[in-house]
Amino acid sequence: MDGDHAIAEGALAAGCRFFAGYPITPSTETAERFAERAPEVGALFIQMEDELASIAALIGAAWGGKKAMTVTCGPGFSLMVENIGLAAMTETPLVIANVQRGGPSTGLPTLTAQQDMMQARYGSHGDYNIIALTPDSPQECFDLTVEAFNLSEFYRVPVIILTDETVGHMHEKVVIPPAEQIQVVPRNNYSGPKADFRPYQFDSQGGHPMTQAGDGYNFHITGLTHNERGYPVMTAEQSKIVITHLMEKINGNADQIIRLDEDQVDGADVVVVSYGITSRIAVKAIQDARKEGIKVGYLRLITIWPFCEKRIRELAPKIKAFVVPEINYGQMVHEVERGAGGQCATISVNHCGGAVHDPEVILDAIRKANQ
Amino acid sequence: MTTDIGKFKHDSPMSGVLRMDRMPHIWCPGCGIGSEVNAFAEAVKRSGIDPKKLVVVSGIGCTGRVAGYVDFDSIHTTHGRAIPVATGIKLANPELTVVVFSGEGDLTGIGGNHLIHAARRNMDLVVICNNNFTYGMTGGQVTPTTPTSAIASTTPYGNYEYPFSLPFLADAAGATYIARWTSMDVRNVTQSIEEALAHRGFSFIELISPCTTLYLRRNRLGDGVDMLQFYQENTVLKHGCDTRETAIDYQGKIVVGKFVDKAKPTYLEAVDKCAVKLVGDDYQLYGKTIPEREAEEKAEKARVAARRAAVLAAEQAASEKVVVKKVATKAPVKKAAAKKPAIGRAVPAAAAKKTPAKAVAKTVKKVATKAPVKKTAAKKPRK
Repeated sequence: MDGDHAIAEGALAAGCRFFAGYPITPSTETAERFAERAPEVGALFIQMEDELASIAALIGAAWGGKKAMTVTCGPGFSLMVENIGLAAMTETPLVIANVQRGGPSTGLPTLTAQQDMMQARYGSHGDYNIIALTPDSPQECFDLTVEAFNLSEFYRVPVIILTDETVGHMHEKVVIPPAEQIQVVPRNNYSGPKADFRPYQFDSQGGHPMTQAGDGYNFHITGLTHNERGYPVMTAEQSKIVITHLMEKINGNADQIIRLDEDQVDGADVVVVSYGITSRIAVKAIQDARKEGIKVGYLRLITIWPFCEKRIRELAPKIKAFVVPEINYGQMVHEVERGAGGQCATISVNHCGGAVHDPEVILDAIRKANQ
Repeated sequence: MTTDIGKFKHDSPMSGVLRMDRMPHIWCPGCGIGSEVNAFAEAVKRSGIDPKKLVVVSGIGCTGRVAGYVDFDSIHTTHGRAIPVATGIKLANPELTVVVFSGEGDLTGIGGNHLIHAARRNMDLVVICNNNFTYGMTGGQVTPTTPTSAIASTTPYGNYEYPFSLPFLADAAGATYIARWTSMDVRNVTQSIEEALAHRGFSFIELISPCTTLYLRRNRLGDGVDMLQFYQENTVLKHGCDTRETAIDYQGKIVVGKFVDKAKPTYLEAVDKCAVKLVGDDYQLYGKTIPEREAEEKAEKARVAARRAAVLAAEQAASEKVVVKKVATKAPVKKAAAKKPAIGRAVPAAAAKKTPAKAVAKTVKKVATKAPVKKTAAKKPRK
């Protein structure tokens, strides 16, 4: 099964029963798979008129009581970002997969890239926070889609699966475990007395219940700065409360959220920091470098946002350099550099998209880093 | 002297329908949105719909604030996206009645694509569009419905674009219930919203309304009362009018009435039909088979009808008290009204379908819903 299909299967396994999407290469296969499977599993698929409508429908569906997702790539994601802000502001759980292709603009519709890393984090206006995961294989597309829903439900935040055309279209064996072996965080709807009902809790560290339309709590949610009752309160004081909450419910729990994959990082002189498809190319370069006697560590970011700056800061004084290959002009490398804080070198191995790296280029960078 | 807002909030007949803890609202004196919301609240009460099962979604703008004042589940979305959000709610939870209440800039400008596609799908939504020919919240800019030659802040020398005729647009896109009223026709607005709430499929109600602060002032058209006077003299009631003939010229005649009311499978009915063919009779949506969902819907319909009958009976009881006191004055009005059945046409058609043939309920309905409409009509004869 390819990565795109695995995302659809992961969504179904996670309890997603609503999918609204708009066709865009190289992500369409996820929508097609969901559309085909929906009647069998009692889910609903709708092809909306555009990406603006797709993400808006997810917000409606989430408050209508269903786990919801959509899939897209750069141009569609650009259209979605305004309502990703609304979802973040209204603390609406939903999942968006961005199967990245080369940009800017229409760019390289059928060719790979990792150019939307910063857009995923900062695409919408204003201060907010999201979680983003970067699978490197169809199996991980399945696993991380399930995890994306779990994180989304618990923290009530949009979660983005940042994969790429290569992983999306790559066919590999995907093991789908029996349902009882898949850990799923179910939708947690408020059921207490109406007088105590609050759609938000601004000191929540996760787990604050959602509300389902029709349950009689007469919720009000708005994109305006609001109080815990959901009513607009447009003051500097309230803005501080809301924004601090939106940022810190993720930043403050980064240790619980972040997942990394490490190999021989301790004692390394050079650490290659990579994610998604590029980490699989990096493996070849690392193996070759180790044959040359270079002590190279492998650090793969499974959770890309929030960024693992704590781990980078720990490693920086112990190594000569970080090598950061990515299929963009250099995006996450800035985060690595910031985390390193000048305590070691940071080397960007950029690539303008359309193909994956030649491992030789990464190997060269590792050699340089070791000097 | 200050008004005791607290007491007002507590005693208001609208508490339970409007969020009195959010009053006072932001709308200007003379604005039509207030009376539209009032009519909406009244329609909801009379419809018999369980208020728990009603969701109101708005976009951005003056009318976009409606969602914040109604005491139902409500969502204030981003600019233009009320309809897709409402679509998501309806599809995720089909037992809900979902109403989109927003302005013409929001629904037909930035959100125009969603309007036509929801209409095309016959998505089971009620869309109430306040059309005041202006972007009020941002200071009076031209909108897709501003009549040609009208002044707006971004057309200081007069609008040189051609406006949308919204009933025609909705009709062409596939809406199955279309009506237009002015915000002055409160009873017709109420009645139309009641019908739309009961209608299966995409309902579109356009409400022409005065923006006193911006549109009227900039065009030197007087204040809210002057505009109501204008509506009184310039609305033309034409039920069933061909929507191609509903265009509005600057300060021209405004054709009002119910233009379209037809049956067509809704989006979800179409999904069901396709899925059953594929999966067979045990097809389920969200764990419920079609017969299960139909049985639930039938039971809810019966409860709605009972609540509606109770509300109307209470209204009738209240009005009878008045009638006893003023038999002489009331009777002639009713008689005059009875001569013009065409105006009240809308009510029985939709209501008869839904209400069980309880003699009492029927009588009540005739008196309660027909009479007031005719009273208005009797006062101002229309062509």
